[in-house]
Amino acid sequence: MEFILDPWPWYISGPLITLVMALLLYFGKTFGMSSNLKTFCAIAGAGKYSDFFRFNWKDSLWNLTVVIGAIIGGYIATQFLSNASVTDLNPVTVQELSTMGFSNSGASLVPDELFSWKTVGSAKGLILLILGGFLVGFGTRYAGGCTSGHAIAGLSSLQKPSLIAVIGFFIGGLLMANFILPLLFKS
Amino acid sequence: MKVASYIKFLFVGIFFGIVLVKSEAVSWYRIYEMFRFQSIHMYGIIGTAIGSGILFLQISKRGHIKNLEGVEIYVPKKESGLFKNILGGSIFGLGWALIGACPGPMYILLGTGVFSMVIVIIASILGTFVYGLLKEKLPH
Repeated sequence: MEFILDPWPWYISGPLITLVMALLLYFGKTFGMSSNLKTFCAIAGAGKYSDFFRFNWKDSLWNLTVVIGAIIGGYIATQFLSNASVTDLNPVTVQELSTMGFSNSGASLVPDELFSWKTVGSAKGLILLILGGFLVGFGTRYAGGCTSGHAIAGLSSLQKPSLIAVIGFFIGGLLMANFILPLLFKS
Repeated sequence: MKVASYIKFLFVGIFFGIVLVKSEAVSWYRIYEMFRFQSIHMYGIIGTAIGSGILFLQISKRGHIKNLEGVEIYVPKKESGLFKNILGGSIFGLGWALIGACPGPMYILLGTGVFSMVIVIIASILGTFVYGLLKEKLPH
């Protein structure tokens, strides 16, 4: 059981993610998690404000079902399939984060310094979560997909738009992690 | 679609959630580490996913493998547009590296007990909504 309870190595995890894509393709659907954000807008009545949201969202209920499953899967994985192991981060990463004020790096999936209710209760903490979420939601629709749709499904099917989008993901991600985060968390 | 036909999607979602937690792909720290080039972990996951994805799609193309609906398996073409892909992608990347979660992991992390992720999810729905409002005015 240890091999289930311990974190899974990348060379097992990658092909298992592809299995998710393959199953969805076999069921006649396409892997793409960010489409759900558009569906939520449509359900909430965003079609009144833009044609972009005027589509039959009932056709996307299968994808919302995947979302519900993903939430359950997250619960099952942490409650029943995990031990107390700490993420085996590069010691350099841990050291670097500690100078930025992040303690216990890797002990949990997300840092308290961004996601604890205490942090969220501060203006900075709340703004960062809203800003991050907004950028993800805006950017993914602008680019026409996210990590699942572009990086996995798009690149697997050798599509040029996906390659460009993934290059974009890295431009933004490298800017944030290397230049902006250090400014946001200056000690 | 009948209700029963949704069950398979529920199970795919559960599997997806488990794999992303166990692979640590939902870890904020792993995303940070990736963008700092300090670990092979995330590159290994994404790389092997794409590699096996290419293999799967090439085999199914050559073998004319059909999906449940009797149509040959294919991935729909993505819209091209240099501006939209590079600008949209960069904006997405900024958010991804800040919150360490993309639109799949957001929900999965909610399931792991990170309830403040609700704020991120609502903000990302808002981001998508604002894109829909501005769509015609943006370069694509």
